[in-house]
Amino acid sequence: MSKFKKKKGGDLPAISTASLPDIVFMLLFFFMVATVMRDSTLMVINKLPAADQIQKLDKKDRVMYIYAGKPSSRYQDKYGSSARIQLNDKFASVDEVGAFILAERASKRQELQNVLTTALKVDSDTKMGLIQDIKQELRKVQALKINYTTRVGDYTQNLN
Amino acid sequence: MAKRSAPEVNAGSMADIAFLLLIFFLVTTTIETDSGLNRKLPPMEDQVDPPIIREKNIFTVLVSKNDQLLVEEELADIADLRSLAVAFLDNGGGVGDEACEYCQGERDETSSDNPDKAIISLKNDRETSYKVYIAVQNELVAAYNDLRNREFERLFGTDLGINFVEAQKQYDDPRTSSERQAILKPKLDQVKAMYPQKLSEAESTKLN
Repeated sequence: MSKFKKKKGGDLPAISTASLPDIVFMLLFFFMVATVMRDSTLMVINKLPAADQIQKLDKKDRVMYIYAGKPSSRYQDKYGSSARIQLNDKFASVDEVGAFILAERASKRQELQNVLTTALKVDSDTKMGLIQDIKQELRKVQALKINYTTRVGDYTQNLN
Repeated sequence: MAKRSAPEVNAGSMADIAFLLLIFFLVTTTIETDSGLNRKLPPMEDQVDPPIIREKNIFTVLVSKNDQLLVEEELADIADLRSLAVAFLDNGGGVGDEACEYCQGERDETSSDNPDKAIISLKNDRETSYKVYIAVQNELVAAYNDLRNREFERLFGTDLGINFVEAQKQYDDPRTSSERQAILKPKLDQVKAMYPQKLSEAESTKLN
């Protein structure tokens, strides 16, 4: 007589799926939290020009964004329709760019402070004068690595 | 009548609902990466005595306020800009120490000596529109990339089977293994040294 009797009847007990929803919800919450929609709401018209000789801008923590363009339609009453600079969530003038870059730089980790890139997201209908002023400000604060953010496309799309 | 307990709600379909949501979020999440033209601004401090550069080693590109292009003092179309820039950079007109063995250009004495000396000078007006400026920048970068691709393929094309731009992309990709990056880096640097990107931008003036 063995102590370990074989069970009779080969009915496998069904694996309980009761914890499945918990697992899936866990994944769901992870993705909901990890999804970053957009850091700042755009207040300017931002149709980027097209270029095809482009390089990717990886590692978001190393990038500072400067937006420029005409204020979008609902801000035009208040701010007019000439091209403006947007830093974070508000319009700014050219001489605020330097302070913004210094503040952004100070908020980054020490080891990243020398490898930061400034991404210029500028609307394609802006005049170069404004961009020239921004570049001049960037040079003053030694933020020399810039990236003209563009969309992917042939350059001829810019010419009409 | 005996009190009937409320029937238990079947939770079996909970997983399906959750999966549905999960898949929705997975599909709609786009981890957007921006891309664009990388440039480096010149530092602020003025050079005390600027190096003397011979006129023939400078390729001037001027974008007027009406978005017209003036290349080497002649009106030009953006469509021709790339080939004009390639012809200038690849000219290799120098002799002796300044000769360029790998250049395939016309070796015109009135154009650039070698790619290391050749400088593209880009000037624009304050009224120039940004999109045209980007188009011009794009074509000038394209000229450099075309030449670098050619040399990269000539030197390493048989072992690697990719061109310069693809190699650079692979090198910049954080997912590329460090061994691969170690293989690519000297090759990229060598080709970059053959055709260094010397693109000077003057501060814009009120041009007429």
